[in-house]
Amino acid sequence: MSDLGQAKTAASHTEVSGLTMPRGAVIPNSSGKLFEDFFGWFGDLGIFLWRVLRAGVTPPFEWRELVRQLDEIGSKSLPLVALAGSAIGVVISLEARYSLSRFGAKSLFPATLVYSVIQVMGPIITGLVVSGRVGAGIGAELASMKVTEQIDAIEACAINPYRFLAATRILACILMLPLLTLAADACGLLTGWFAQSLVEPLSFHQFIQSGFQGATFNAFLPPTFKTAVYGLIIGLIACFQGMRTRGGAEGVGRAATNSVVLASLFLILADVVLVKFILVVFP
Amino acid sequence: MSAIQDIPVNRESIERGAVPVVAIDNVHKSFGAHTVLNGVTLHVSQGETLAVLGRSGTGKSVLLRLIIGLAQPDSGTIRIEGQDLAGLSMDQLSGLRKKMGFLFQHAALYDSLTVAENVAFPLRHHRRGMSNAERCDRVQHLLDEVGLQGASDRMPSDISGGMQKRVGLARALALDPEILLLDEPTAGLDPISSREIDELTLKLQREHQMASIVVTHDLFSAKTIANRLALLDQGSVLVEGAFADLQHSDIAFVKEFLRQS
Repeated sequence: MSDLGQAKTAASHTEVSGLTMPRGAVIPNSSGKLFEDFFGWFGDLGIFLWRVLRAGVTPPFEWRELVRQLDEIGSKSLPLVALAGSAIGVVISLEARYSLSRFGAKSLFPATLVYSVIQVMGPIITGLVVSGRVGAGIGAELASMKVTEQIDAIEACAINPYRFLAATRILACILMLPLLTLAADACGLLTGWFAQSLVEPLSFHQFIQSGFQGATFNAFLPPTFKTAVYGLIIGLIACFQGMRTRGGAEGVGRAATNSVVLASLFLILADVVLVKFILVVFP
Repeated sequence: MSAIQDIPVNRESIERGAVPVVAIDNVHKSFGAHTVLNGVTLHVSQGETLAVLGRSGTGKSVLLRLIIGLAQPDSGTIRIEGQDLAGLSMDQLSGLRKKMGFLFQHAALYDSLTVAENVAFPLRHHRRGMSNAERCDRVQHLLDEVGLQGASDRMPSDISGGMQKRVGLARALALDPEILLLDEPTAGLDPISSREIDELTLKLQREHQMASIVVTHDLFSAKTIANRLALLDQGSVLVEGAFADLQHSDIAFVKEFLRQS
């Protein structure tokens, strides 16, 4: 039977247009209802993820749509990510110079900037920028398709919407986040060095040599590639929120907002776990 | 009525008791406490067009969604070419859906694609061996068939409601379906566009000999394109038969429905 219609899990769920969802009371009428909605949401998310995984690993593969999404999510986010990375580079440069001067550790400036940008700020800023741009975009696009029956039309054409719409977008997010992070890191280092060199001339070669001195791949690769998990979170939540939408234009707006808010929140929470994981596994 | 007589219906196979292409038996469907379908039984054979009539909210569109597997019945069985939908895997259901064309009430065209891309969409996914030139020819043929020559590059938002329905119909026909499901094909259209859609549906019926189920409020349209009509009320089939059977019915609701239509 229809995958979109199989999640008939609990009495608190309503089947609408083939999708099941929590009744979604904005104001919970009791703590029991709140509890039920909260865990129901995670249950539905888990079922959604399982269906996307199952659809994504079985042929036919939607290469054409994947390439389109790589462009949409990757190439079109690049200017925004580069700008955010550049701004962060300047901010860290200004702050670090001031703080390090106070403690007489100005020589540590290049390493401070490199580690701050690559290990901490680059990944999280990239994740949040992409969450805002792509999360809202995917959430609104799929929600709009849902309320205008376009997703039903895809399913009626014997095309699996989990494969065609969700798997392609989620995979594109997973693949593009690390690349966008590298771009943000590069821009941050460049502008950080530039801001520093305006005050105290320092060649870029010296800056890089000093900044990466003694550094190992373990120091930089895990923080960069952890953003693939951010991509999974952004893509998954945006697709999930979009494809379970109901309620016309208001529902579309709500899906876009929820996609950004929830993806950003889970992204920050995931960062806590990932940082600890990286420190333990890649000491 | 003359239009109905023009259709070469395969009545012999119906009379011989051939397996119906679509068999709906004792189907129930509720949304929460609201019962939408309450024991509906309908059968449609190859080459036959069944019009399902009824007031708004009587479950006509839900019935079509059940047939194509977009929703599941609470009880009862739906068989397509003898296969019970309830026992099918996702792949088997997809296989059956390729044999069905569905025209949605609001056309449900992909708004980011052009008219031609909308029609080509099922072909891209299910006729992967088809070359670009062959696909273009097929799309052009389908657009010609529904009278939309020259609209290939227009966006769905730039064409009228009637044209959108035609594009939806062309998309539904793209895979040469054996079963055609039309949800309110004339709803929201002016009388002239409605009659054009009726004529188009009749023409396609003659040429493709599909089993069709048309959900409509439009009695004139139903009378024109269908061999058989079924009137739903409160989730049940109140009366089923030719238009003359409805006209001669003694049921008060049927009389009222015909008078108001």
